[in-house]
Formats: sequence, structure tokens, C-alpha cells
Amino acid sequence: MKITPEMVEHVAELARLELAGEDRRKMENQMVKILEYISLLDELDTSGVPPTSHVIDVENVFREDEVKPSLPVEKGMSNAPESVGTAFKVPKIIEG
Amino acid sequence: MKLYQETIYSLHDKLKAGEITSRQITESVLERIDAVDEKVRAFITRMDELALQMADDADKRFRKGEFLGFLDGIPVALKDIFLTEGIPTTCGSRILENFVAPYDGTAVSQLKNEGAVFIHKVNMDEFAMGSSAENSGFFPTHNPWDLDRVPGGSSGGSAAAVAAGEAIFALGTDTGGSIRQPASHCGVVGIKPTYGRVSRYGVIAFASSLDQVGPITKDVMDGAILLKAISGRDPADSTSADIPVPDYPSLLTGDVKGMKAGLPAEYFEEGLDPEVEEIVRKAVSDLEKRGMEIVPVSLPSTKYAVATYYIIAPAEASSNLARYDGVRFGVRYPDAKGLTEMYMKTRSQGFGPEVQRRIMLGTFALSAGYYDAYYGKAQRVRTIIRREFDEAFTKADVILSPTAPTPAFPIGEKVDDPLQMYLTDICTIPVNIAGVAAISVPSGLTNSGLPVGLHVISPPFTEDLLLNVAYAYEQERGVFPQCPL
Repeated sequence: MKITPEMVEHVAELARLELAGEDRRKMENQMVKILEYISLLDELDTSGVPPTSHVIDVENVFREDEVKPSLPVEKGMSNAPESVGTAFKVPKIIEG
Repeated sequence: MKLYQETIYSLHDKLKAGEITSRQITESVLERIDAVDEKVRAFITRMDELALQMADDADKRFRKGEFLGFLDGIPVALKDIFLTEGIPTTCGSRILENFVAPYDGTAVSQLKNEGAVFIHKVNMDEFAMGSSAENSGFFPTHNPWDLDRVPGGSSGGSAAAVAAGEAIFALGTDTGGSIRQPASHCGVVGIKPTYGRVSRYGVIAFASSLDQVGPITKDVMDGAILLKAISGRDPADSTSADIPVPDYPSLLTGDVKGMKAGLPAEYFEEGLDPEVEEIVRKAVSDLEKRGMEIVPVSLPSTKYAVATYYIIAPAEASSNLARYDGVRFGVRYPDAKGLTEMYMKTRSQGFGPEVQRRIMLGTFALSAGYYDAYYGKAQRVRTIIRREFDEAFTKADVILSPTAPTPAFPIGEKVDDPLQMYLTDICTIPVNIAGVAAISVPSGLTNSGLPVGLHVISPPFTEDLLLNVAYAYEQERGVFPQCPL
């Protein structure tokens, strides 16, 4: 698997991480090494093997639709970096 | 023996007999923290006032002859991954350094209901990603047996606190070995219960299909007591199992005669430290002396487990950690001109290097064009690894191995080489991949005085069996030395 600087930049963008200069080069080198190790899995034939997403078979778990107390709004908002009333405040979304 | 050196059940007996008070135990532990934590650096947040209040409340109950349970009045260290109402909960990350939990997670509520005394929130690798506690966003924790070495991780603060007497017992979490490996390195008992045995509600998520809460204690009996207290179905966690919880402590008989222990050759291959191998083989023969039959078993895909884990765990983490965006909680980069810049700068400055690496790996493994080759492949290998455990458990009741291939390594040795750090979890990771149960029990010291753990693995929801084998071994082994600190 060839990892290019453009791929690292694209993945960082998807992950909303800002990687610049030396940090990006370091990340690229480490990802190359780790993915090289992971390519060990290629030698295993997995055709016909079903995937496991969860070790216990979780079926839908149902419960009665009852109204119960939930976290009060003030508590839910108490860690907000910035808020207005009961709303979270963020910097402007449409730029330019 | 000082009070801080004792076990849950010995203190419980003394409390019941009215020989001591919870305040005396709590003060003994707090004095011990004053004396040694400068060197160990186990905790992030210390809660003296709350601890003494909880101790006094327990003593009030005792005077009326009331006991909420075994844990009543006994001091606990909580890994800083557990939401604890009104208390800072950082998960070892700068991005949560100002976060105060608005509610208690289920395991924390259960400890409160049993009357446990909350002493401190302890250090960990950031978001539980690491094997040395060096990835903490705040400072590294030191191994109480050798201060120049790591305590293991990610529950390094929990294991170090119990080993150093800075708590009587601790709660940790284990995604790929994060309870068992530090327990092994610090000479204490660590249990990774079956996936689904303990509720994950109110535990900050790393990799949701692998994360499990478990005990770190001084011996197996304490582990059994704590596991009983935290296990069971929780309506707030749909993956918690609706399976009855046995009374683990009363099932510890030490009788393992006629049971079969499987020895997988794949766990005793190159890379295993010769001293570790010698100590673990001695432990195996101790169990043989108790009447266990040792049989060979094979787990041929063991060598693929670490690679599988480093796709699945980062993939789940990249999704779970999307919530740290500076909007609803945590630290926000203050000077952004727009929303996207705010997200990017908040996350880049708030997350440490290992967390960013795993988010990158996981985002890559899930991204268009690579999903099948990486994530899909890893999920199929996961099935193969599970099936091999199922097969091995048709031949043996439990499986024995080392917990970690080496004793605790020096601080700084692997921190710049992520892959070497990942490989330290080679014996513990397959257990999480397969969702089975396992325990690490101290089994000896190397020539330089570093603890080594015996790893016992058992089928899903057979913690009673797992604990009894560990208990039998402990009986045969005899008293484990106290850490010299």
C-alpha cells in the first residue's frame, strides 16, 4: 500500500485534523510503517468467512416507551464552551 | 501491616468487628498518597474532602449496624475515564481538561450504592490509547516497583495506585489489555470480564465493540468481590448481558482437580522474555500440582490479532471521537474565524499525537475505496480468531499464557515507536477480539525485582471458573511480596 502526502492530507481533512509541515511528514511515515505491518493480514484467506462486528449477538433491545426524567437542560449545557440560553453558540458557519 | 496495605475483605472484617473506622482507612490511604505520590504520580484529581465525607457517612451507617456491602467504607481509585457527577473527568486528555461530568456512569453508581469511598481519579493514556500511561495528556505515571519504568497502560494510574497503597482497589477499562498488562507490570490482579458482563454506560468510549470495565485489586478474592458489585444487566447499555451474576466470592474453592488448562504454543514463541517464560511455566506447573491437567491447544491466528486490532479499534475510535468538536463540551480553540477552522484547530491542539494517529488510521480504514480491504478484512479475521478460541475451549476449560511478553519497560523506550508499543499487547489483544474473559495474576519477580503476571483466559460468561483457577494458583503460589516503595 502506497501512502502519498495527498492521501494523508485527504484523511486529515475527513478527520477534521490540521496537520502541517513536520507533523504531517511524521504522521505519513508512521502510517506507512503501521499499514505495512497490517498488510500481514493479506496472507490470510478470508473468502467465505462472515464478518464479526460484535462478539455477542445483539438483537434489537426493546423497552416500554415510558416518559422518565432525563438530564436537566442546565446540566446538559453546563460544559458548553459558549452558549446562549439553551443553545450552543458556534462561530459563523458560512464563511467568506 | 498498615491499613493502606490491606485487602477489601480484611478491612471489611475489621470494620464489621468495630476494630477500625472508614475514616482511619481513608486517612491511612491519604497519608500514603502524601508520602509517595510525588514519585508515582498516579492521580489526576484528588478528592480528599469528598473522600472523608464518604468515609464519615459510612462510619455513621456502621454505628447503626448497617453495611451496604463488602465495599462499604473502602477507598477506591477511579480511572479518569469514568463519568463521576460533579467531578472533573478528563480521560487523560487536554481536550477534556475542563470537563465536569454531569452524571454518574453505571459502574460508579454501583460503587456508590455499595458505599465505596472515592479517593481520586487516576491517570491513564489519553482516551485509553496506549500501553504505558506515557500518552497521558498531563504527565506519565511511574511504576512503584521501579520508578524509572512504566506502570503499563492504559489503566496505569489504577494499577500503580493499588500497588503503591494509594487505594485499596481500583476500577479500570480494558480494550486490548489496558487492565491486565498494567496489572501484570505492577504486581496486582486485573480482570477483563466477558464483553457485556459490565455496563459501559458513563464510560468514555474508545472502541465500543472491545471496551470492557473491570477490577484491579490486590488479590483474586478482592477481584471477585468487586466484579460481583459491578456486573449485570443495565437498561442504559443495550450491549450489557441479561445473564445472572453468580456470587463470585463464595464460589472460590481453590478446587481445580481434573480441570484442563490449555497451553497455546503461539504464546510462547520468539519475542517472549526468557525470565517471563520461566516464571509463567513455573506458574503452570503450580496449577498442575493442584490437579489440573495441562493440554496443548492451538490458536494459529494469534499473530494476526494485533494487526486486526489496529484496524478495528482505530476505526471505532475515529467515529467515537468525532464528538470532540468544541461545540457541546471540552476545550474550544477560541480565535477561529469560522466553524471548520474551529473544529480543525480544537481537535489538532486538544488531542495528543497517539490519539491523532489512531483517528487517522481509523478514518483511513473506513474511507471510500479502502473500507473492504481494511475494515471488512479485519472483521473477517476477527471471526477466524473467535472460532479458534471456541475450538480451543472444546479441549480445555481455560487457557494459560503470559500476560505480557516482557516485564515493565523503561519510561521513554518505546514512546517514539508506535508499532513497538502496539506489539506489547500481543498476549492480551486476542481476548478482546474474541470477547472472552481473562485475568492477570502476579506470578513472580524477575531477577531485577519486576513483577510478571500469569494470564488465564476462559470462555464467555465463565468468570466463576476463571476466578477459581486464579484463586487456586494464588493458594499454591503463596503470599506475593509487597512493592518495596
